[in-house]
Parts: sequence; C-alpha cells; structure tokens
Amino acid sequence: MRRKGINYAKYGYIFSIPFVVTFLIFSLYPILYTTVIGFTDLRGIGRTDINFLDNPFQNFQIILTNATFQKALSNTALIWIMNFIPQMLVAFLLTAWFTNRRFKVRGQGIFKVLIYMPNIITAATIALLFYSLFGYPKGPVNDVLMAFGLTDEPMNFHLQKWTARTVVAFIQFWMWYGHTMIVLIAGVLGISPTLFEAAEIDGASAPQIFFRITLPRLKTIVLYTLVTSMIGGLQMFDIPKLFLLGGPDSATLTTSVFIYNQAFSGSYLYNRAAAASMIMFVIISILSALLFFILRDRDPGRARRRARELRRIARTIDGEVSV
Amino acid sequence: MKMGMLASRNSTKAVIYIVCIFLALISIFPFWIMFMNATRSTFEIQQNSVAFWPSTFLSSNWKILVGKSFNPVTGFMNSMLVSTGATLGAVYFSSLTAYALVAYSWKLRQPFFTFIMAILMIPAQVSSIGFYQFMYRIHWTNSLWPLILPAIATPAMVFFMRQYLMATLSLEIVDSARIDGAGEFFTFNRIILPIMKPAIATQAIFSFVFSWNNLFLPLILLTDNKKYTMPIMVSLLRGDIYKTEYGSVYLGLALTVLPLFVIYFMLSKYIIAGVALGALKE
Repeated sequence: MRRKGINYAKYGYIFSIPFVVTFLIFSLYPILYTTVIGFTDLRGIGRTDINFLDNPFQNFQIILTNATFQKALSNTALIWIMNFIPQMLVAFLLTAWFTNRRFKVRGQGIFKVLIYMPNIITAATIALLFYSLFGYPKGPVNDVLMAFGLTDEPMNFHLQKWTARTVVAFIQFWMWYGHTMIVLIAGVLGISPTLFEAAEIDGASAPQIFFRITLPRLKTIVLYTLVTSMIGGLQMFDIPKLFLLGGPDSATLTTSVFIYNQAFSGSYLYNRAAAASMIMFVIISILSALLFFILRDRDPGRARRRARELRRIARTIDGEVSV
Repeated sequence: MKMGMLASRNSTKAVIYIVCIFLALISIFPFWIMFMNATRSTFEIQQNSVAFWPSTFLSSNWKILVGKSFNPVTGFMNSMLVSTGATLGAVYFSSLTAYALVAYSWKLRQPFFTFIMAILMIPAQVSSIGFYQFMYRIHWTNSLWPLILPAIATPAMVFFMRQYLMATLSLEIVDSARIDGAGEFFTFNRIILPIMKPAIATQAIFSFVFSWNNLFLPLILLTDNKKYTMPIMVSLLRGDIYKTEYGSVYLGLALTVLPLFVIYFMLSKYIIAGVALGALKE
C-alpha cells in the first residue's frame, strides 16, 4: 500500500513528541525530584538547595514510625471502606432495579441525572456546604432531625470523631455512588440479552438471574471500579481538608492532607512530605499494576460498539446546538 | 396465585420509587438549601436554616461577600482560562498521540502504548513536592501555566482516543489524502480531527469539569490573590472573616458551582452517556 521512497513511520515519533516532552517535564522530572528530596534535609520556606542526609533513609524511617502518618493512613483506609461498601451496595441495588425488565422503572433518566449530579460539583464547595449543613447548634441537618423528632437536642457533628468521619465518608459516598451505578448499568447492558431471556424461560427468579448471570459477567467492571476507587480514595484531599481541616483530633486527617500540612504549613518539611509522597506512590503503583492486568485483555467488538454509541451522541449534540 | 405475585411486584415497585425519590431528594436538598440561603440574611438563617423559598437579601449578601477577600470575577476568569487552556491542550494532543499510535507503524509503537497504560493512573499529587520546588525555581509559582501545560500529557485520554480511532479510522482515508498530496499534519488537522469529534466532545466535558474543580495544585502554587481559581476562592470562605456571614458564604458557594449547574443541566444526557462509555474500558 505504501508508496515507495516515503517513510511514514517517522510521523509516529513526531506526533508523539508533545506528549512525551510534556510527560518528561511535568510528570517524570517532578517524580524524580520528589524522590531525591525525600533523601535530603530540605525544609523551610523558600529553600531549594539539595543536601543529602548522612542517613539517606532517615525521612522514610521518621515518616513510617510517625504516629500522625500512621493515623492518617488508617483514617484514609477507614473512610474509604466506610464509603465504598455502602456505595457498592446501593449502586448494585439500583442497577438491579433499573435493568430488571419486569419492573420497567419509569423516570430512570431523571433519577440518573439527579443521582449522578453531585459527582461533577466542585468537591471544595461541597466540603464547605456540608460544613454549613451540619452546623451546630443551628444548621439545616440539625433542624431537620429535630423537626422529625429523630433527636431531642442538636448534635455537634464537628466535635466528635466518629460523626465527623461518618460525614466525610457520607460525602464521598454521596458524590460517587451515582457514578458507580452508571458504570454498573453500562456493564449490565453490555451482557447479551439472550442470556436473560433464556434464564427467564427456564423460570429463574430475579435474585437467581442477578447472582448467577449478571454478577459473574460484571467481574471485570467491579474489579476496575474497586481499584480506581482505591486509588482515588488514597488521594482524598479536598473534602477532609476543607470540611474540618483534618480534625477533630486528626480524626479526618487523610494521607494527602498530612502531606500537604507537612510541606505547606508549620515548618515546611518538604523532605518529610516527599518521603511520605513516595510511600504513597509505591502503594498506588502496586494498585495500578493490578489495574493494568485487569485492562489487559481487549475486545475489539466492544470498542466498535462504543464508537458507534459515541457517534450517535455527537450527532445529537450537533442537532441540539444547531437547533 | 397470580394475583398475589402481581401484588408483591407492585409493592416492590412502590419501594423502588420511594427509594429513588428519596435518593433524588438527597441529591437536591443540599444545593436547594445553598441557593435559598444565598438570598437570606444571617439573621433569617439563624432563626431557621431550612427555607424552601428565596428571601430578599441577595444584593446585601453580595456586597458583604465581595467586600472581603472573595473576588468571584477574578476567580471565574482564572478558572475559565485554566480550564479552557487545559481542555484544549488535552484533547488536541491526546488525539494527536492516539493518531500516532493507530495510523503509523513504528518500532516503538507497542512499547509506547504499554508505557501509556502503565502511567494511566499516576496521580499528580504524589509528585507535588518536586513539582512545587521545580516551579518555585523557575518562578512559575504564581503563573497559570503549570495548571494548563501538564494537561498536554493526559494518558487516560490518549487511551480513550486510541480505542476510538482503532474502531473508527479506516486507513484508506489517510492513503487517499496522501495520494491527493496532503501532508501528514494537514491530514490530521483537517480529516482526522473531524472524524474524532464525538470522542473529543465527551472527553472535553470531563476535562473541563476536572480542571475547574481542581484544588490541590492551585492551592500549593498560587499565593497571589489575583491568580486564585474558583476552588481557592471557596477555601477562603472557610476563614474567620466570613465566620458569621452565613448568607454570604452560601452565596459564594452558589457562585462557584453555578457554571457547573448550567453545563450539567444542558449536557446531562451526554455526560451520563459519557460516563457509561468511559466505563467500558477494554
């Protein structure tokens, strides 16, 4: 096919240059730089000089044995679990309902739009909004609880460790279960309808169909959701940072907030923050490797279906814009 | 027998609708309160923090809000600049890189793709200390460039665009353009980009929203209040100077998300379809 004398292969390299150069400058170099800083005594605002420590692993040792870092790590895990389990349960329940052909739930479109909505709203704004909503002694949540007689006196959500953690986990849940639901529904719609028809003819019940047919076929998508949610959860920053600034008594301090506080407040311990970042980087890399294996197998048929769907969307967008 | 089954199905349906309506209300409630309280005075909010209808203090709340450190116009302009710039860079160069991966056969093609898969999930946060020091050294800490330029290398978007091109692009189009004497770069800009429009549209929405909502990097880089983006403006509302100005705080919050609400309710159908498509990672 190719005409003689012209070598097109070089354009593969040329067109990749902007990506590669940007990656080297703005991702790889900062990662290496962060690693190096982890072995130095770099602290204090405005300093940039590099002096390696006599014991190069000192920062890593200090961070790993630091009680606050350990607490931040366990808080991050705890808040993630407290948000992920209900998120999966509710998302699965809604998926089962919305895709069940016997129920034919109406108004699915509007439910999806409203349930997904919090996901695209600025997390910083949501953190502050919930801070106000859970106000004490007067605040919308307390007012509603008292109006319905659920509590006799206002609750101070901000002052108790467990209520504070629960609210942060709830915000994460509330922002993400709609997303997970849409992902799961897409997965179910990708399952061949003949499987469901056959099961129905054989007289399978709704739970049987769900656990025997739907769930096994969603394995990849569930794994994908699990791993991406974990990676996202490890970076939880906006909500815990702005909701209660990591408090009360560090109960909502996550690793990202810890790293931020080490580096950009107090005594500007860039070296310690860099060491902590690298520890997080290792954890995230292990999770990413997992994800890599999940995504490895490709199915060209599915890619074509998706492309078709995208073209349809584009036509509709064009239609609406020109109308 | 049959009647019983029907009745139980109807009661299940009732439960489904009640739960769905409840969840929808939980999505709306916080934002409703926010918009209503943005128009109410501090005194009214202290009397009763839940109101279903607006009051008349919008302009006085606005005056208090902008009279202090909150500058919504500056924040809006900066966020617009950053989000638009980052989105343009991300979609254009991701498409270009994806095209390089699909249309040409070069020796490093497969290794390069494997490499992109490997860096797919590396978050900017883990390199933030080095990034900050790097920007500090080249005096870019109060510039918007470090918030825009890194978007040129967005591995996840390259991945998405590649999958799309693999499914849609026929190399015959490229070949016939070559026979007509079109240069490779011209072919990409004039023929390939229009083909990719659907993928570009959905990815652009998510890129814009992601950039608009980003707090971490702006927070560590920007110290000059003329450069603040919207999420940083939001974090100012957490400070002591707004402690008792409940109405103004709600108004400030409402302003930061107003553009998102407009985008969302105009394009929600496509955003949700986009989430579903993005999920079908192969």
